[in-house]
Amino acid sequence: MGWIGEQIDSIKSLQFRQVLTQAISLGMIVTSALIIWKGLMCVTGSESPVVVVLSGSMEPGFKRGDILFLHMSKEPIRAGEIVVFNVDGREIPIVHRVIKVHERQDTGEVDILTKGDNNFGDDRLLYAHGQLWLQRHHIMGRAVGFLPYVGWVTIIMTEKPIIKYILIGALGLLVITSKE
Amino acid sequence: MHSFGYRANAVLTFAVTILALMCAMASFSDNFNSPSPTAEVQVLNINWFQKKPDGDDEVSLTLNITADLQTLFTWNTKQVFVFLAAEYETPKNALNQVSLWDVIIPTKERAKFWIRTTNKYRFIDQGSSLRGKDFNLTLHWHVMPKTGKMFVDKIAMTGFRLPETYR
Repeated sequence: MGWIGEQIDSIKSLQFRQVLTQAISLGMIVTSALIIWKGLMCVTGSESPVVVVLSGSMEPGFKRGDILFLHMSKEPIRAGEIVVFNVDGREIPIVHRVIKVHERQDTGEVDILTKGDNNFGDDRLLYAHGQLWLQRHHIMGRAVGFLPYVGWVTIIMTEKPIIKYILIGALGLLVITSKE
Repeated sequence: MHSFGYRANAVLTFAVTILALMCAMASFSDNFNSPSPTAEVQVLNINWFQKKPDGDDEVSLTLNITADLQTLFTWNTKQVFVFLAAEYETPKNALNQVSLWDVIIPTKERAKFWIRTTNKYRFIDQGSSLRGKDFNLTLHWHVMPKTGKMFVDKIAMTGFRLPETYR
């Protein structure tokens, strides 16, 4: 109880300039994070340079909670690459491996079929109704590297948003009550 | 400056930084591995070769695949994903790659293998251009690490040809 009393005292003793400085520092931190994120988007050429694996369809290679680093280059998509794609009408991107590629002579466009390593059949069931192939514009990026377990933070914050609010609230409190 | 909160924050930041550094070093150590894999594939039999009702050719093969991929494994390797793809060209498509078979190799001991199998995935063309077609069988592998960068490579074996007529 004494600790809470201390915190309330420290909040009351703040001056306006101090609060403004704190707010600007907080804003700087948030903006730097945004700059880094957008910069990563430019460097990797992908709309989301880092994705979290949400399902077990690529086990044992990628487990739920791993994060993947994506890169999208102009090079043609070839069989065996692990790609992240969006199906029309679904918002969650899917991370699977390309098993069939058919590239046109004239236009260079490709028809692609994917399959999760741990799934029995290919992904035609996941595509939009009547869609048999993916095209290049569906692909968001190729997976080039990964880190295990780090993505659990995002999964927990998405599935239990209350934890996200508690975390941000605690961080905000920490910044406001720090006395420098 | 010396409260529990600040100390916890400092320790946590330091721990995460060191962990990230260790993951990067582990991934970097994979570059020192110079692998020398070998592979050989034979087509034992063309089981059947037909034109489907929708107009696309389909062929079923029995394959004999021998490979030694043990040198791909390092201490940072979680598994090696291997697949065999048929690659060929048609008048309509500059490149076709159709995966016929794949397997996950979890340990170094299982990386030296011999297998006789029919194709796991259907070999279907976009169209009807497979008669008399020359094709390559390429063994691709994906070395998936415990952390870090993935390595990809392949061995192409040429000289395969599909029959001139349906059977």
